[in-house]
Amino acid sequence: MRLLLARLPQIAVTLVLLSLAAWLAIGLMPGDPVSLAIMADPRLTPQDIARMRALHGLDQPLMRRYLAWAAGLLRGEFGYSRLFAQPATAVLWPALRSTLALVGLSVAIAAALGLALGALAALRPKAAALVDAVALLAQAVPSFWLGILLIILFAVHLGWLPAGGTPEEGAARLPFLVLPVATIAFGQMAAYARHAAAALAESLRQPWVRSARARGASEGRVLWRHALPNAGVPLLTLLALDAGSLVSGALVTETVFARPGMGKLLYDAVMGNDYNLALLALLLVALATMLATLAADLAQRWLDPRLGEA
Amino acid sequence: MRHAISALLACAIATPALAQPARDSLSIGITQYPANFHPNIESMAAKAYILGFVLRPVTAYDQDWKLTCMSCDVLPSLENGQAKLERTPDGKPGIRITWRLRGGEAWGDGTPVTAEDMRFAWEAGRAFETGFGPAETYRSAYEFIVEDARSFTVRFDKVTYDFAGLGQFQPLPSRIERPIWEADRAGYRTRSAYETATTNPALYDGPYRIAAIQPGASVTLERNEHWAGPAPAFRRITVRTVENTAAMEAQLLAGQVDMVAGELGLPLEQAAALEKRSGTRFQFNYRPGLTYEHIDLNLQNPILTDRRVRQALLLAADRAQIVARLYDGRQPVALGGIHPLDRMYDPGVPAYPFDPARAAALLEEAGWRPGPDGIRRNAAGEKLAFDLMTTAGNRAREQVQQILAGQWRAVGAEARIRNEPPRVFFGETVSRRRFTGMAMFAWVSSPENVPRTIFHSDEVPTAARNWSGQNYTGFSDPEADRLLEALPVELDAEKRRPLWAGLQRLLATELPALPLWHRADAHIWPRWLEGVRPTGHQNYSSLWVTEWRVK
Repeated sequence: MRLLLARLPQIAVTLVLLSLAAWLAIGLMPGDPVSLAIMADPRLTPQDIARMRALHGLDQPLMRRYLAWAAGLLRGEFGYSRLFAQPATAVLWPALRSTLALVGLSVAIAAALGLALGALAALRPKAAALVDAVALLAQAVPSFWLGILLIILFAVHLGWLPAGGTPEEGAARLPFLVLPVATIAFGQMAAYARHAAAALAESLRQPWVRSARARGASEGRVLWRHALPNAGVPLLTLLALDAGSLVSGALVTETVFARPGMGKLLYDAVMGNDYNLALLALLLVALATMLATLAADLAQRWLDPRLGEA
Repeated sequence: MRHAISALLACAIATPALAQPARDSLSIGITQYPANFHPNIESMAAKAYILGFVLRPVTAYDQDWKLTCMSCDVLPSLENGQAKLERTPDGKPGIRITWRLRGGEAWGDGTPVTAEDMRFAWEAGRAFETGFGPAETYRSAYEFIVEDARSFTVRFDKVTYDFAGLGQFQPLPSRIERPIWEADRAGYRTRSAYETATTNPALYDGPYRIAAIQPGASVTLERNEHWAGPAPAFRRITVRTVENTAAMEAQLLAGQVDMVAGELGLPLEQAAALEKRSGTRFQFNYRPGLTYEHIDLNLQNPILTDRRVRQALLLAADRAQIVARLYDGRQPVALGGIHPLDRMYDPGVPAYPFDPARAAALLEEAGWRPGPDGIRRNAAGEKLAFDLMTTAGNRAREQVQQILAGQWRAVGAEARIRNEPPRVFFGETVSRRRFTGMAMFAWVSSPENVPRTIFHSDEVPTAARNWSGQNYTGFSDPEADRLLEALPVELDAEKRRPLWAGLQRLLATELPALPLWHRADAHIWPRWLEGVRPTGHQNYSSLWVTEWRVK
């Protein structure tokens, strides 16, 4: 409870500072919407341009625009996306859903596979070298390269799976997720495997594990009941760090597989000077990351009460 | 990243993988998703391509680059009496033009398209707070008269030779849109039914209607049952957005998209490589278009002020070789901004074939002598060096930049490459004339487009004029100004021809911008499709979808 009370104000202050920094950064970037409109329509007169600036509020100081935006946010008004001519939330939710499905599934698979490989390495020292090699390969392979290899094999040559994109309404969604999920999960699995292997190996050397074995506990019980809870702290930290990507998306994979998602949306919003959309997306990413970190801290304290006492 | 992906794709054998789709549907890949669907607000290539299937403009340029009626009876002219010269109420030369809509045109709910729909489009366009573009058309159209259900007259306070065309001024379903507009004029652009109820059939009067959208991913079109023209061949067309061109190529090879629209498709060099690898699996069509690649020169730069230096730089650039090597010879080297297929093109303008010896002689004449490091210097010891800028991340332009820098170095000129992201380059550096030497980019125009905003001395962007205008080079020439003013108001095409010739020769001699080439679009179609006729300009092939057929 104490941790919660201490962290929530920190989160609020961080969000305010982050929104201000992001607003200023986007506002100070060259090329506002009116400058780009001038390039598109050469017949705009100086008077047209002045009126357009007023219409978009660009004749106001940056800070005044920020305060107006923040006041709107407090009233629950998230504004319109300039790029998509839609309410910012209406643009954001479909992208968020797509990214949650993609990255959520990837992280879950990566964590499960990583943990299994880590356990194998910790329990079977002869397999450790192989697990290390797999992890090294997974970390070294760039996701765009792996993605395109998978496309060539499974979509172009074998024709088993779609090369990318999204299904039409009513069509099965799973086939469109297989290749991008495999691409992301393979890369992320490496970190989980290495951390799990190291943490479990360390745990398995501890006296309480020896005691458990001396009491005749099976290897499975030793692993799951005694070693894993103690090895779980670093894995939870890793999971919390990955939680940010659940909403920030995976730009490279989304690009290779032509999947609309948060990564691409965020990039387009920042580059397109779409304040409402960019700010909303950035704050969501920051909030998700901070809440996940908080959840990880709480879970770590639950796993290891000594952390709370410290 | 795209290059690496392309290289990997090059290793793939192009075998059809997925089962052939039923031939009553067609899947098209494009590289952009429309920012909005309103036909009269902002122009954007993806939107224009998709709306070409679902809306009928009153007039458009056809495949032969001639203005034609799409939903009118006949093009207005002075001869047929539908256009009449007159004076505006304040005594200026003006023109009143009557268009008559073709009978039988209807919105997707069966409501006829009428002159009232045009009136609403005009009213909304005139209201500045609504934010239509281009502002100039609506500003000039100062009065709108409904003659009858199918005929309307517009009075303009400017007389220009292209008066018969209505361009982006398209009918809007007044019954649906007017109440929304009247409720909130400033908010109309986001509250329009085109944005909030995009799949409403009553918004579309073309052969198709938008039946479903997946934001950022795809737009599904189905036949408009109230379409009175020739029936289109496909029951359903899906336009998929795949922004990464390597991913697009993968989807094409995997059979997920049947064709790639050249208007928003693969870069020419990627398409040419794919053609070599894929054999006869697809049809490839390379259509020269009205996208003109060039290098704007900042004429306030003391080095580039000298016409001899500008000419020497063009002579030292082997453009034919670049086109042959990088673009498989499929893009014509440009003599200037006017395309060879344009009816006002003058083939007799000065050309600058690769001639390094003549380039060196011109530089010598201009006082630039070779220095110890191979770079020329003038009498004051200043180096013949300048910045060469373009959009960062544009692979084709960056390659061209490298080659040009090398070719210029061979004659003793140093081009320093400094690239910026498109947003910074176009939004600040070019539009506010902050490039000190050269800026390489492209202009997209329409047939017989007078480049007044690009070369007239009144059009130099400055802070005092809110940076409006596109004369980024700062070019100023009284004869050019005279021609640019005379051309639009000369209604007789034959009398315009010498004016065009004079302007092209003057610009090719003065060289405020170095012409490179006219870009070509690479269209990729399945073998079983026929009838697609690319236009090469902004009235895209989708406008003629009723001619598309399965072989």
